[in-house]
Amino acid sequence: MSELLHLPLEELHVELGAKMVPFAGYAMPVQYGLGVMQEHLHTRKSAGLFDVSHMGQVILRGPDFQTIALAMEALVPVDIAGLGMNRQRYGYFTNEAGGIEDDLMLANRGDYLFVVINAACKDADVALMRAGLPEGVSLEVISDRALLALQGPLAEDVLAGLNDAVRDMRFMDVADLDLAEAVCWVSRSGYTGEDGFEISVPADAAENLARALLSDDRVEAIGLGARDSLRLEAGLCLYGHDIDATTSPIEAGLGWAIQKVRRAGGTREGGFPGAARILAEQAQSASRARVGLLPEGRAPMREGVELFSTAEGGVAIGRVTSGGFGPTIGAPVAMGMVARDHAAVGTPLFGEVRGKRLPVAVVPLPFTPANFKR
Amino acid sequence: MKYTEDHEWLRIEGDLVVVGITEHASTQLGDVVFVELPEVGTMVAAGDEIVVIESVKAASDIAAPLDGEIVEINEVIVDEPGKVNSDPTGDAWFFKMKIDDLSLLDQFMDEDEYKDLVD
Repeated sequence: MSELLHLPLEELHVELGAKMVPFAGYAMPVQYGLGVMQEHLHTRKSAGLFDVSHMGQVILRGPDFQTIALAMEALVPVDIAGLGMNRQRYGYFTNEAGGIEDDLMLANRGDYLFVVINAACKDADVALMRAGLPEGVSLEVISDRALLALQGPLAEDVLAGLNDAVRDMRFMDVADLDLAEAVCWVSRSGYTGEDGFEISVPADAAENLARALLSDDRVEAIGLGARDSLRLEAGLCLYGHDIDATTSPIEAGLGWAIQKVRRAGGTREGGFPGAARILAEQAQSASRARVGLLPEGRAPMREGVELFSTAEGGVAIGRVTSGGFGPTIGAPVAMGMVARDHAAVGTPLFGEVRGKRLPVAVVPLPFTPANFKR
Repeated sequence: MKYTEDHEWLRIEGDLVVVGITEHASTQLGDVVFVELPEVGTMVAAGDEIVVIESVKAASDIAAPLDGEIVEINEVIVDEPGKVNSDPTGDAWFFKMKIDDLSLLDQFMDEDEYKDLVD
C-alpha cells in the first residue's frame, strides 16, 4: 500500500484489528473484528465510531458571510445565503449538463463557510471552486484535521460524556466544542440514517479523542463496509454510484435540497450550472428516477445489475446503482435508476443476476426510518 | 480430510465425497448472506463453477473439485447462509458428489499442507 495516502489514525485501526483496503487513494479500514454485519447492527442499536478523515475539509473566507455564500451559490443550487449561523445543509456541485459533480455539506460558521466534500472528488472540487469563486473569496484546504463520525441512537449519550453541550444540538447544528481536551468542530449529522455527530478534530488530537470514545462500552469502531450498508438502508446516495456527472439532482430525487429561493419563481432562481435542465425537470419531471428496490428472493442485486419490466425479452429499463444485503432488514436491498414509467412504488421489475431474471419490487426509500434529532 | 487450493475441504463419506469450504475461506468471505447450490443429479466437470456464495462484500463461486454427479445438497445453508461462517467444516457442507474413483482425492493437500498454504 506504499502508493496510498495514510490517515492520522491508521495505526489505531490496525491495533483495533482493522482490515485495511485502498479506498479513494487512502488506506482505509473496511471492517474490524466484528465484521460488517455486526458492525452495522451495532450502529443501529448503540453507537459506532467511523474514521472519515479521507473526506475533504475546506474553508471559504471572504469579506463577510453573505459574499461567500452568494459566490458559492453560483456553483451549488442551495440557499446558502439563507443558512442560519452555525447551521449546516446538504448540497451538490452541478455541471452545465445539469449533472452532479459531487455532493457536499455546507456550514455557516459566521465569518467563514465550512465545506465537507467526498474524498474521491476532492481535487476536482477544489479546482472547481478555485475556478468558480470570485476574487475576494479565498479557499483553504484543511489538511491538519481528522474527521470522525459517531453514529447511532446512543451517540448523544456517549458524546455528552465528553461535553454535555452536545445535548443542546439538533440535527444539522454546528458548534465548536472541547472534546477530550481538543477544540473540535462538531455537527449533528452523518450518513447512516441515525442520529449522530461528525467531528473535525486536530490531527494530533484525533487518536486521543478516538480512544476516549472507544473506551465507552457502547461504542465500537465501524469500517467502510458497514458505512456503505448503513447509508444504503437509509436511502442515501453514494457519489460515483447512485449519482454522477450524468445524473441530474431531480432524477436522483435530490430536488428537496434546492430551497424555494433557488427554484423557478424564487428570488434567487437558478444561477448555478445546469439550472435550465434542473429547474425544468423540477417543474415537470425527469425521464428517469432513483428508486428503492427490494429483491423478492435472497440473492443480492449489486451495482450494475440490469433491470427489466418483463421476465423475458425486452430492453433494460434501468440498472441497480447500489445494492447488497441490508443487515437491519435481514434481506437484500438496492437502489437503482429506472425509466420514469417504471418508477412507481409497487412496480414489479426483474433484475438480471447471473443470466437469470429475478423478481424485484420498486419500494419507497429509505428502508430504515431516519432517526434524526430534529 | 483433503483440501483444494480453492479452499474447499473434501471428506469421504461411504462412496461419496462431501464438499465444503474451510474456516479460512469463510473468514475471508465475511458474513455470508446467500448460497445457491447446483441441482441434485447434475453431472459436473472439475473446475465447473457450481455454487454461488454471496457475502456482505461480494459474490464468489465454488468450483467442482472433481468430475462427478451431485447426489445431495445442503438446503440448510440456503435457508441459513450464516452457518457457512459459524460452522464451515461441520453443518455447513455444500454438496455430496459421486466420483469414479475415490483415490482421485490423493492429488489434494492434507491438513498440514493446507495449513502451510494459508499461514
